[in-house]
Amino acid sequence: MAVERFPVEAGHIILFARAVGDKNPIYYDEEAAKQTEPGGIIAPPTFVQSGAQFDADYGLRPKIGERWFGSGENPSGSNAPAPEGGDKPRGGGGGGTGLHAEQHYEYHRHLKPGDVLSSTSKPGKTWEREGRRAGKLKFSESITEYRDQNGELVITARSVGVQTERVVEQ
Amino acid sequence: MALKASDLSVGDEHEEVVVEDLSRTQIVQYAGASGDYNPLHTDEKFAVEAGGYPTAFAHGMLSMGLTGTMLTNYVGDGRLTKFGVRFSRQVFPGATLTAKATVDAVREEGGEHFVDLMLSTTNQDGEEVVQGSATARVDA
Repeated sequence: MAVERFPVEAGHIILFARAVGDKNPIYYDEEAAKQTEPGGIIAPPTFVQSGAQFDADYGLRPKIGERWFGSGENPSGSNAPAPEGGDKPRGGGGGGTGLHAEQHYEYHRHLKPGDVLSSTSKPGKTWEREGRRAGKLKFSESITEYRDQNGELVITARSVGVQTERVVEQ
Repeated sequence: MALKASDLSVGDEHEEVVVEDLSRTQIVQYAGASGDYNPLHTDEKFAVEAGGYPTAFAHGMLSMGLTGTMLTNYVGDGRLTKFGVRFSRQVFPGATLTAKATVDAVREEGGEHFVDLMLSTTNQDGEEVVQGSATARVDA
Protein backbone atom coordinates (compact mmCIF):
# COMPACT_ATOMS: atom_id res chain seq x y z
CA MET A 1 0.00 0.00 0.00
CA ALA A 2 1.35 3.38 -0.97
CA VAL A 3 -0.76 6.36 -0.04
CA GLU A 4 0.15 9.86 -1.11
CA ARG A 5 -2.26 11.72 1.12
CA PHE A 6 -4.04 10.29 4.16
CA PRO A 7 -5.67 13.14 6.08
CA VAL A 8 -6.43 12.17 9.68
CA GLU A 9 -9.89 13.57 10.42
CA ALA A 10 -11.85 13.78 13.68
CA GLY A 11 -15.03 12.34 12.14
CA HIS A 12 -13.16 9.36 10.76
CA ILE A 13 -11.64 8.72 14.21
CA ILE A 14 -15.16 8.65 15.71
CA LEU A 15 -16.40 6.15 13.10
CA PHE A 16 -13.36 3.97 13.68
CA ALA A 17 -13.59 4.07 17.49
CA ARG A 18 -17.28 3.09 17.30
CA ALA A 19 -16.45 0.15 15.03
CA VAL A 20 -13.89 -1.27 17.48
CA GLY A 21 -16.26 -0.76 20.42
CA ASP A 22 -14.10 1.88 22.08
CA LYS A 23 -16.03 4.50 24.04
CA ASN A 24 -12.99 6.35 25.41
CA PRO A 25 -13.93 10.09 25.23
CA ILE A 26 -10.44 10.95 23.92
CA TYR A 27 -11.67 9.74 20.51
CA TYR A 28 -15.00 11.60 20.55
CA ASP A 29 -14.94 14.74 22.63
CA GLU A 30 -12.49 17.57 22.08
CA GLU A 31 -13.19 19.17 25.47
CA ALA A 32 -12.77 15.89 27.37
CA ALA A 33 -9.63 15.13 25.36
CA LYS A 34 -8.08 18.43 26.50
CA GLN A 35 -8.07 17.11 30.07
CA THR A 36 -6.05 13.99 29.11
CA GLU A 37 -2.30 13.57 29.02
CA PRO A 38 -2.04 13.88 25.20
CA GLY A 39 -4.05 17.13 25.54
CA GLY A 40 -6.33 16.53 22.58
CA ILE A 41 -8.02 13.94 20.42
CA ILE A 42 -5.75 11.13 19.24
CA ALA A 43 -6.47 8.13 17.01
CA PRO A 44 -6.96 4.58 18.34
CA PRO A 45 -3.87 2.36 17.96
CA THR A 46 -5.09 0.47 14.88
CA PHE A 47 -6.64 3.50 13.15
CA VAL A 48 -3.78 3.83 10.67
CA GLN A 49 -5.07 0.71 8.90
CA SER A 50 -7.90 2.86 7.56
CA GLY A 51 -5.36 4.58 5.32
CA ALA A 52 -6.71 2.00 2.85
CA GLN A 53 -9.54 4.51 2.30
CA PHE A 54 -7.01 6.80 0.64
CA ASP A 55 -5.13 4.20 -1.41
CA ALA A 56 -6.22 4.73 -5.02
CA ASP A 57 -5.24 1.17 -5.97
CA TYR A 58 -6.72 -0.63 -2.96
CA GLY A 59 -8.25 -3.86 -4.25
CA LEU A 60 -10.78 -4.42 -1.47
CA ARG A 61 -12.99 -1.41 -2.22
CA PRO A 62 -15.53 -1.34 -5.04
CA LYS A 63 -14.44 1.07 -7.77
CA ILE A 64 -17.04 3.20 -9.49
CA GLY A 65 -17.76 1.79 -12.94
CA GLU A 66 -15.85 -1.46 -12.35
CA ARG A 67 -17.18 -4.93 -11.58
CA TRP A 68 -16.87 -5.94 -7.97
CA PHE A 69 -15.99 -9.50 -7.00
CA GLY A 70 -18.56 -9.70 -4.18
CA SER A 71 -22.04 -11.05 -4.75
CA GLY A 72 -24.72 -9.38 -6.84
CA GLU A 73 -26.94 -11.56 -8.92
CA ASN A 74 -24.33 -14.32 -8.55
CA PRO A 75 -22.24 -15.33 -5.53
CA SER A 76 -19.23 -13.65 -7.10
CA GLY A 77 -19.24 -10.79 -9.55
CA SER A 78 -16.00 -11.91 -11.10
CA ASN A 79 -14.30 -15.14 -12.05
CA ALA A 80 -10.98 -13.42 -12.43
CA PRO A 81 -8.50 -14.26 -9.69
CA ALA A 82 -7.83 -11.39 -7.31
CA PRO A 83 -4.25 -10.12 -7.13
CA GLU A 84 -1.76 -12.16 -5.09
CA GLY A 85 -0.89 -11.35 -1.54
CA GLY A 86 -2.47 -9.37 1.24
CA ASP A 87 -6.06 -9.78 2.34
CA LYS A 88 -7.35 -10.56 -1.13
CA PRO A 89 -9.58 -13.54 -1.77
CA ARG A 90 -9.69 -15.33 -5.10
CA GLY A 91 -13.02 -15.15 -6.83
CA GLY A 92 -14.34 -18.51 -8.00
CA GLY A 93 -14.29 -20.77 -5.01
CA GLY A 94 -13.11 -24.09 -3.70
CA GLY A 95 -9.55 -22.86 -3.45
CA GLY A 96 -7.66 -21.15 -0.71
CA THR A 97 -7.93 -17.65 0.56
CA GLY A 98 -5.66 -14.69 1.21
CA LEU A 99 -5.84 -13.87 4.89
CA HIS A 100 -4.19 -11.50 7.31
CA ALA A 101 -1.82 -13.48 9.53
CA GLU A 102 -0.03 -10.85 11.64
CA GLN A 103 0.02 -7.11 12.20
CA HIS A 104 2.61 -5.15 14.17
CA TYR A 105 2.86 -1.42 14.88
CA GLU A 106 5.59 0.70 16.30
CA TYR A 107 4.39 4.15 17.41
CA HIS A 108 6.88 6.99 17.20
CA ARG A 109 4.05 9.35 18.16
CA HIS A 110 0.26 9.12 18.23
CA LEU A 111 -1.88 10.45 15.39
CA LYS A 112 -4.13 13.45 15.84
CA PRO A 113 -6.77 15.15 13.68
CA GLY A 114 -5.07 17.51 11.25
CA ASP A 115 -2.15 15.21 10.56
CA VAL A 116 -1.67 14.46 6.88
CA LEU A 117 0.15 11.18 6.38
CA SER A 118 1.82 9.56 3.45
CA SER A 119 2.99 5.99 3.37
CA THR A 120 5.34 3.78 1.44
CA SER A 121 5.50 0.01 1.62
CA LYS A 122 8.21 -2.46 0.77
CA PRO A 123 8.11 -6.23 0.72
CA GLY A 124 9.79 -8.08 3.58
CA LYS A 125 10.50 -11.78 4.10
CA THR A 126 8.53 -14.63 2.55
CA TRP A 127 8.25 -18.17 3.93
CA GLU A 128 6.15 -21.30 3.71
CA ARG A 129 4.93 -23.94 6.07
CA GLU A 130 2.46 -26.78 6.15
CA GLY A 131 -0.63 -25.79 8.16
CA ARG A 132 -2.86 -28.09 10.19
CA ARG A 133 -6.15 -26.69 8.96
CA ALA A 134 -5.55 -25.09 5.56
CA GLY A 135 -2.82 -27.03 3.71
CA LYS A 136 0.34 -25.29 2.52
CA LEU A 137 0.62 -21.72 3.80
CA LYS A 138 2.59 -19.07 1.93
CA PHE A 139 3.46 -16.09 4.11
CA SER A 140 4.65 -12.70 2.87
CA GLU A 141 5.62 -9.68 4.88
CA SER A 142 5.17 -6.02 4.04
CA ILE A 143 6.71 -3.07 5.89
CA THR A 144 4.88 0.27 5.72
CA GLU A 145 6.24 3.57 6.97
CA TYR A 146 3.77 6.35 7.72
CA ARG A 147 5.17 9.88 7.71
CA ASP A 148 3.46 13.09 8.72
CA GLN A 149 3.19 16.47 6.97
CA ASN A 150 6.73 17.32 8.17
CA GLY A 151 8.23 14.12 6.81
CA GLU A 152 8.63 12.70 10.33
CA LEU A 153 8.18 8.96 10.76
CA VAL A 154 5.10 8.45 12.97
CA ILE A 155 4.22 4.76 12.65
CA THR A 156 6.08 1.76 11.30
CA ALA A 157 3.79 -1.15 10.43
CA ARG A 158 4.70 -4.73 9.61
CA SER A 159 1.98 -6.84 8.07
CA VAL A 160 2.08 -10.56 7.28
CA GLY A 161 -0.35 -12.00 4.77
CA VAL A 162 -0.94 -15.69 4.18
CA GLN A 163 -2.20 -17.44 1.09
CA THR A 164 -3.78 -20.73 2.11
CA GLU A 165 -3.96 -23.80 -0.11
CA ARG A 166 -7.59 -24.43 0.88
CA VAL A 167 -10.32 -22.93 3.01
CA VAL A 168 -9.43 -22.99 6.71
CA GLU A 169 -11.12 -25.92 8.49
CA GLN A 170 -13.08 -24.89 11.56
CA MET B 1 -4.53 7.19 34.23
CA ALA B 2 -1.12 5.89 33.37
CA LEU B 3 0.37 2.83 35.04
CA LYS B 4 3.23 3.13 37.51
CA ALA B 5 6.30 0.90 37.24
CA SER B 6 6.45 0.70 41.04
CA ASP B 7 2.92 -0.78 41.15
CA LEU B 8 3.49 -3.41 38.45
CA SER B 9 4.71 -6.98 38.89
CA VAL B 10 5.43 -9.67 36.33
CA GLY B 11 2.31 -11.80 36.01
CA ASP B 12 -0.18 -8.98 36.74
CA GLU B 13 -3.26 -9.34 34.55
CA HIS B 14 -5.90 -7.03 33.12
CA GLU B 15 -8.88 -8.52 31.33
CA GLU B 16 -11.97 -7.09 29.58
CA VAL B 17 -14.85 -8.51 27.59
CA VAL B 18 -14.39 -6.47 24.40
CA VAL B 19 -17.43 -7.71 22.49
CA GLU B 20 -20.47 -9.80 23.35
CA ASP B 21 -22.40 -11.62 20.64
CA LEU B 22 -20.51 -9.93 17.78
CA SER B 23 -23.06 -8.68 15.27
CA ARG B 24 -22.78 -8.73 11.52
CA THR B 25 -23.63 -5.05 11.70
CA GLN B 26 -20.50 -4.32 13.75
CA ILE B 27 -18.45 -6.12 11.09
CA VAL B 28 -20.13 -3.91 8.46
CA GLN B 29 -19.33 -0.89 10.64
CA TYR B 30 -15.67 -1.94 10.74
CA ALA B 31 -15.63 -2.42 6.95
CA GLY B 32 -16.98 1.09 6.48
CA ALA B 33 -14.61 2.75 8.93
CA SER B 34 -11.46 0.89 7.87
CA GLY B 35 -12.20 0.79 4.16
CA ASP B 36 -11.63 -2.98 3.98
CA TYR B 37 -14.70 -4.12 2.04
CA ASN B 38 -13.46 -7.66 1.46
CA PRO B 39 -16.81 -9.43 0.87
CA LEU B 40 -15.62 -12.42 2.92
CA HIS B 41 -16.44 -10.28 5.96
CA THR B 42 -19.76 -8.72 5.05
CA ASP B 43 -21.27 -10.65 2.15
CA GLU B 44 -22.77 -13.93 3.32
CA LYS B 45 -23.52 -15.19 -0.18
CA PHE B 46 -19.97 -14.58 -1.34
CA ALA B 47 -18.36 -15.97 1.82
CA VAL B 48 -20.37 -19.19 1.72
CA GLU B 49 -20.91 -19.87 -1.97
CA ALA B 50 -17.77 -18.39 -3.52
CA GLY B 51 -15.44 -18.45 -0.54
CA GLY B 52 -16.40 -21.84 0.87
CA TYR B 53 -16.62 -20.57 4.47
CA PRO B 54 -19.44 -21.57 6.86
CA THR B 55 -20.41 -17.90 7.20
CA ALA B 56 -18.91 -14.44 6.80
CA PHE B 57 -16.28 -13.71 9.45
CA ALA B 58 -14.75 -10.67 11.12
CA HIS B 59 -11.71 -8.85 9.81
CA GLY B 60 -8.58 -9.87 11.70
CA MET B 61 -8.05 -6.15 12.19
CA LEU B 62 -11.40 -5.92 13.99
CA SER B 63 -10.14 -8.51 16.50
CA MET B 64 -6.95 -6.46 16.84
CA GLY B 65 -8.93 -3.24 17.23
CA LEU B 66 -11.12 -4.78 19.95
CA THR B 67 -7.97 -6.05 21.69
CA GLY B 68 -6.51 -2.55 21.39
CA THR B 69 -9.50 -1.12 23.25
CA MET B 70 -8.64 -3.26 26.30
CA LEU B 71 -4.99 -2.34 25.90
CA THR B 72 -5.40 1.45 25.86
CA ASN B 73 -7.93 1.25 28.71
CA TYR B 74 -5.18 -0.48 30.71
CA VAL B 75 -2.05 1.50 29.80
CA GLY B 76 -3.65 4.93 29.36
CA ASP B 77 -4.01 7.38 26.50
CA GLY B 78 -1.03 7.88 24.21
CA ARG B 79 1.23 5.50 26.13
CA LEU B 80 1.61 2.64 23.65
CA THR B 81 4.96 2.35 21.88
CA LYS B 82 4.44 -1.10 20.29
CA PHE B 83 1.46 -3.32 19.57
CA GLY B 84 1.63 -6.50 17.52
CA VAL B 85 -0.56 -9.55 17.04
CA ARG B 86 -0.87 -12.85 15.26
CA PHE B 87 -4.36 -13.91 14.19
CA SER B 88 -4.69 -17.48 15.46
CA ARG B 89 -8.29 -18.22 14.60
CA GLN B 90 -11.17 -16.67 12.69
CA VAL B 91 -13.85 -14.79 14.60
CA PHE B 92 -17.43 -15.43 13.52
CA PRO B 93 -20.64 -13.47 14.14
CA GLY B 94 -21.98 -14.32 17.59
CA ALA B 95 -18.52 -14.37 19.15
CA THR B 96 -17.93 -13.08 22.64
CA LEU B 97 -14.29 -12.05 23.02
CA THR B 98 -12.27 -11.51 26.15
CA ALA B 99 -8.96 -9.69 25.79
CA LYS B 100 -6.25 -10.11 28.41
CA ALA B 101 -2.90 -8.41 28.99
CA THR B 102 -0.29 -10.03 31.25
CA VAL B 103 2.78 -8.16 32.47
CA ASP B 104 5.87 -9.81 31.00
CA ALA B 105 8.53 -7.29 32.11
CA VAL B 106 8.87 -3.90 33.76
CA ARG B 107 12.05 -2.13 32.70
CA GLU B 108 13.90 1.14 32.44
CA GLU B 109 15.51 2.37 29.24
CA GLY B 110 17.14 5.75 28.70
CA GLY B 111 15.64 7.12 31.90
CA GLU B 112 12.09 6.09 30.94
CA HIS B 113 10.03 3.22 32.33
CA PHE B 114 8.26 0.68 30.17
CA VAL B 115 6.00 -2.32 30.62
CA ASP B 116 6.07 -5.25 28.20
CA LEU B 117 2.76 -7.08 27.95
CA MET B 118 1.71 -10.42 26.54
CA LEU B 119 -1.73 -10.31 24.94
CA SER B 120 -4.29 -13.02 24.43
CA THR B 121 -7.85 -12.69 23.19
CA THR B 122 -10.11 -15.71 23.48
CA ASN B 123 -13.58 -16.55 22.23
CA GLN B 124 -16.57 -17.93 24.12
CA ASP B 125 -15.18 -21.47 23.73
CA GLY B 126 -11.87 -20.48 25.32
CA GLU B 127 -10.03 -20.67 21.99
CA GLU B 128 -7.36 -18.06 21.36
CA VAL B 129 -8.20 -15.82 18.39
CA VAL B 130 -5.45 -13.22 18.83
CA GLN B 131 -2.04 -13.64 20.40
CA GLY B 132 0.28 -10.70 20.73
CA SER B 133 2.51 -8.38 22.65
CA ALA B 134 2.71 -4.69 23.42
CA THR B 135 4.96 -2.18 25.08
CA ALA B 136 3.82 0.98 26.86
CA ARG B 137 5.57 3.84 28.58
CA VAL B 138 4.68 3.94 32.29
CA ASP B 139 5.35 6.37 35.14
CA ALA B 140 8.17 5.61 37.58
